[in-house]
Amino acid sequence: MITLEKTSSTFAVVNVTRRSFLQGALSASAFVLCVAKTPLLAKAAGNVALGSAAPSIEATAFHPSIFLGIQPDGTVLIVAHRTEMGNGVRTSLPRIVADELDADWSRVEVIQGDGDERYGSQDTDGSHSVREFFDTLRETGATARLMLVRAAAQQWGVPEAQCVADPAHVVSHKASNRTIGYGDLAALAAKQPVPKKEELKLKSPSEWRYIGKPAPGYDVTEVCAGKPLFGMDVRVDGMLYAAIAHPPVLGGKVKSVDDSATLKLKGVKQTIPIDPFKPPHHFQPLGGVAVIADNTWSAFKGRDALKIEWDNGAHAVYNSPDYKKQLQETARQPGKVVHKIGDPDAEFSKGGKVLEAEYYAPHLAHASMEPPVAVADVQGEKVTVWSPTQNPQGVQEEVAKKLGLKKENVTCHVTFLGGGFGRKSKPDYAVEAAVLSKTTGKPVKVVWSREDDIKFDYFHSVAAMYIKATVDDKGIPKAWLQRSVFPSIASTFDKDAVYGSDGEMSLGWNVIPFDVPNFRSENGKAVNHVRIGWLRSVANIYHAFAVQSFANELAYAANRDPYDYLLALIGSGHVIDVKQPADVAAKYPYDTARLRHVAQLAADKANWGKKKSGNGWGMGIAVHRSFLTYVASVVEAEVDSSGAVRIPNVYTAVDAGIVANPDMVRSQFQGAAVFGTSIARTGEITATNGVIDQSNFHNYPVARMNDAPVYVDVQIVESSAPPAGVGEPGVPPFVPALCNAIYAATGKRIRELPLTRNGLA
Amino acid sequence: MVHLKVNGSTQAFDGDPDMPLLWYLRDILGFTGTKFGCGMALCGACTVLEDGKAIRSCSTQMKQLEGHEITTIEGVSTHGPHAVQKAWAAVNVPQCGYCQTGQIMQAISLLSSKPHPTDADIDDEMSGNICRCGTYQRIRAAIKEAAKERA
Repeated sequence: MITLEKTSSTFAVVNVTRRSFLQGALSASAFVLCVAKTPLLAKAAGNVALGSAAPSIEATAFHPSIFLGIQPDGTVLIVAHRTEMGNGVRTSLPRIVADELDADWSRVEVIQGDGDERYGSQDTDGSHSVREFFDTLRETGATARLMLVRAAAQQWGVPEAQCVADPAHVVSHKASNRTIGYGDLAALAAKQPVPKKEELKLKSPSEWRYIGKPAPGYDVTEVCAGKPLFGMDVRVDGMLYAAIAHPPVLGGKVKSVDDSATLKLKGVKQTIPIDPFKPPHHFQPLGGVAVIADNTWSAFKGRDALKIEWDNGAHAVYNSPDYKKQLQETARQPGKVVHKIGDPDAEFSKGGKVLEAEYYAPHLAHASMEPPVAVADVQGEKVTVWSPTQNPQGVQEEVAKKLGLKKENVTCHVTFLGGGFGRKSKPDYAVEAAVLSKTTGKPVKVVWSREDDIKFDYFHSVAAMYIKATVDDKGIPKAWLQRSVFPSIASTFDKDAVYGSDGEMSLGWNVIPFDVPNFRSENGKAVNHVRIGWLRSVANIYHAFAVQSFANELAYAANRDPYDYLLALIGSGHVIDVKQPADVAAKYPYDTARLRHVAQLAADKANWGKKKSGNGWGMGIAVHRSFLTYVASVVEAEVDSSGAVRIPNVYTAVDAGIVANPDMVRSQFQGAAVFGTSIARTGEITATNGVIDQSNFHNYPVARMNDAPVYVDVQIVESSAPPAGVGEPGVPPFVPALCNAIYAATGKRIRELPLTRNGLA
Repeated sequence: MVHLKVNGSTQAFDGDPDMPLLWYLRDILGFTGTKFGCGMALCGACTVLEDGKAIRSCSTQMKQLEGHEITTIEGVSTHGPHAVQKAWAAVNVPQCGYCQTGQIMQAISLLSSKPHPTDADIDDEMSGNICRCGTYQRIRAAIKEAAKERA
C-alpha cells in the first residue's frame, strides 16, 4: 500500500547524513556524481562547460557531507538532491546549506544529485523538499562552518571562540585582524574531527542571510538562454530515437503488426515489440511496438505508418458517462466509514432542516510542457539513464527490476524537468528506454508525443462526492456526512484495490476543519480502468471542491455572507485531530486559528464585501490546508452573457511556516491559480470503450494568458513554525473559490467540473 | 535540397522535405533551445523567428523554408543576453523554464512590431504560448520591463 503523505520528520536522511560526516570515509567508488558521458547537459548533470567532466563533491578538498564540498579556490559545491521542475529546489535547498555555512552565494555551484539512496528520499512529490530536509541541510552547513572555524583556530594558534565565520566566505580573527578564505582552509578543515550534533551552533532566524529572503532562480540565465538542460535535450553519441505505439486501452496487447510501410521510411531502423505488463501495472511499460529511427521525426512518422491490430482486453468496457452514473450511485449509498465524530445518525434522525449536494470532478491529465522522455544506455550489466524524473531512485529500481540487474548498477542522471506535477514520479518511460537500449545495443532516447502523454497518462482520479448536513436555526451544521468515491491510486500498485487509500483520505476528506459536533466521512468502492496517479495536490482537488463548495451553499442557505459564515464554521481556532501520524501531529498540529488567519488576510486584501456581488460580478472564498500549509483563496470572477468567465484578481494568503525563498513561494501560488483555472475551466479527460478521447491541447485545453487570472496576489504569513509544503497547496482552494465566485456573480452553482459542463468557459 | 540560414549560418538540407523545422533544429543541428510541446502549433514551445517574425517550428516543413532565415533562442544571445532575456531574468519569470524560450521568441517578435504593447496587445500575441507552470503574470511584467528598457 502506498503512503501519500510521507511527512515523517525523522526521515532516514538525518542518520544518513550523520554517517556521511565521517569525513574521509567516502571511498573512491562511493560518490561519483557525474560521469564524463554527460556531453550536452551542462548544468543539469553537472554545472560545467559543455563536454567537460563534471565536478564531484568527492573530488573537493573538503567534503564533510554528501551534500557539500569546498574547493581550494573557495568554490563551494552544494548538491540539490531533489528534482527541479519549477519548484525552485535548485535554489532553495542549496541556499539553506549556504546560509548556515556563511557562504557567499555567488561562489556556490549547485550540482544536481544523481539517484542515490544515501541522500534519503529524492522522490520530489508531496511538497516535501524544504520541509523534509530543512534541518539536515542546516546542520550540513553548520558542521562545515564549525570545521572551518576550528581549522583557522588551529592554524593561527588562537582559541576557537575568537574565530568567526564571516559573510565574506572567510574566517576572521578580530584580535589580530587576520582573515583566511574557506578555500585556503579546506585542506586543514578536512583533517578536523567531525563535530557532534550537540556542538553545532545553528543560526537564529534573525541571523539568516538567505533563508526567508527572496532570490532569483539559480539557473534563470541558462534557462532563458535555451541551454540544454532538460531531458528532451539529452544527446548521447550514437543515440537512436524511439517512438512507441502504446496499446490504446490499458492492458491491451498486440494481436498482429504490419511494419512494412514503416520500415520503408527514410531514417527508420527497425521495430521492436515491447512486452505487455503483468498486473498491477505499477511503473511498468504499457507494452506495444517501438519504432527505432535516427531522429525523432522519423520515429514518429514510422509509428504512424504501423498497422497494428490490438486485443483491447477487459478495460474496453470503460465509458465515462456510464462510469459517472456508477460513481454517483455508489456515493448515494452507505460506504466504508473513514472517520466518525459524535453520532451523526442520531442527529439526522431528529429531523430538522437538511441540506444535501452531489459533486463530480472528472479525470485530469498532467500535460507537463515537456512530454515524458528518457535516454538509456545499457552496457552489459551497467545502465546509465538520463531522465527528467521526480523519482531517480525509482528509475534505478524499476530499470534494475525489468532488466534483472542490481539497483546499484543503474545510474540515473536527473535532468531539469519541463514540468512534472506528479507524472514524472512514475518511471515507466525510463524503463522503456532501457528495454530498447538493451535490445538495440545502443543508447536509445524514447520520446513521447503530446498524444502519448495525454492518452497514456497516470490520470488524476475521477470522483463523485455526496455531502449532507442538518443545520440549526442559524444555519450552522449540527451533523455532517460526506462520502467520496473514486478509483484509487492504490490500484496502480494493487490490482484488487477498490477503496481510497488512507493517504488519499488524509487529503482533505477524513476530517473537516469546521466545528461540527457530529461528523462522519465515508468512502465507496470504485474499480479502475486506467492508470491512476498523483497530480499536483492529488485528492485534495476534488475533496476541497466538494467541502468548500458545500460550505458556501450552507452560507447562502442561511442567508449569510459566505466569508462571515466560513469564519463561523472554522470557529475561534484550536488544534484539531486530523489523524496525522504522531510525529507529524507533534511538529505540525492542525491549528484552525492559522486557517482562520489566512482567510482574514485574503478577505481583507480583497476588500471583501465592499462591492456587491451579482449582475455578472462576484467574489468567492475557500480555505484548505494541505501538505501542512494553510491557504485561503479569494477569487474575483466576471461572467458575461455568453458564459465567458474572466478572472481579474485572485487574493491568496499562505501560512507555510518558515519559507526558504518567498519569491519562489509567490511563483508557486501564482502558478497554482493558473493550474487551478485549467482544472476548473476545461480540465476533463474521458474514455470511450477504454480509449481516452482527448489527445492534445485542442481537446484538452489548459489556461492561456488570455484566460488565466490577470493578477494573483500572494500574502505570505511571517512565521517561526516549521516549514511546510508550497508546491501543491495553492491548487485545492482555488477551484471552489472560483466556483463560489461564479455563484456570487450569476446564481449558478457549479456542482460538476469543469465549467464547460455548465455552459461556461 | 533546401537552402536556408540558421542563426546566421548557411545550411543545406537534403533530408525528408516534410520534416518539421523543429526536428531539424533539435536533432540534426543540435539547437535544443527550441522545444517540442505539442507538434500541432497549439502550445508555442517551438517558436522561432522566420525572417524576424515568430513561427511555430513544429508545423513548418523544411520544404517551405528555401531562402529563408531562421533565428532560434541560441541566435538571439550570441552577443550577451537580449533585452527580453534580461527582463525575464530580472522578473524571475521561469518556473520549470521549458516553455520560456518559446515565450521569449514570441515576445521578441511582439516587441519588434509593437515596441510599446498594451495589455491587449500582449494577450493577443502571447496567448498562443502555453505555460503550464502558470507564469503569465510575470511574462506580462517582463514584456513591459523589456519595452521600458528599449525605450
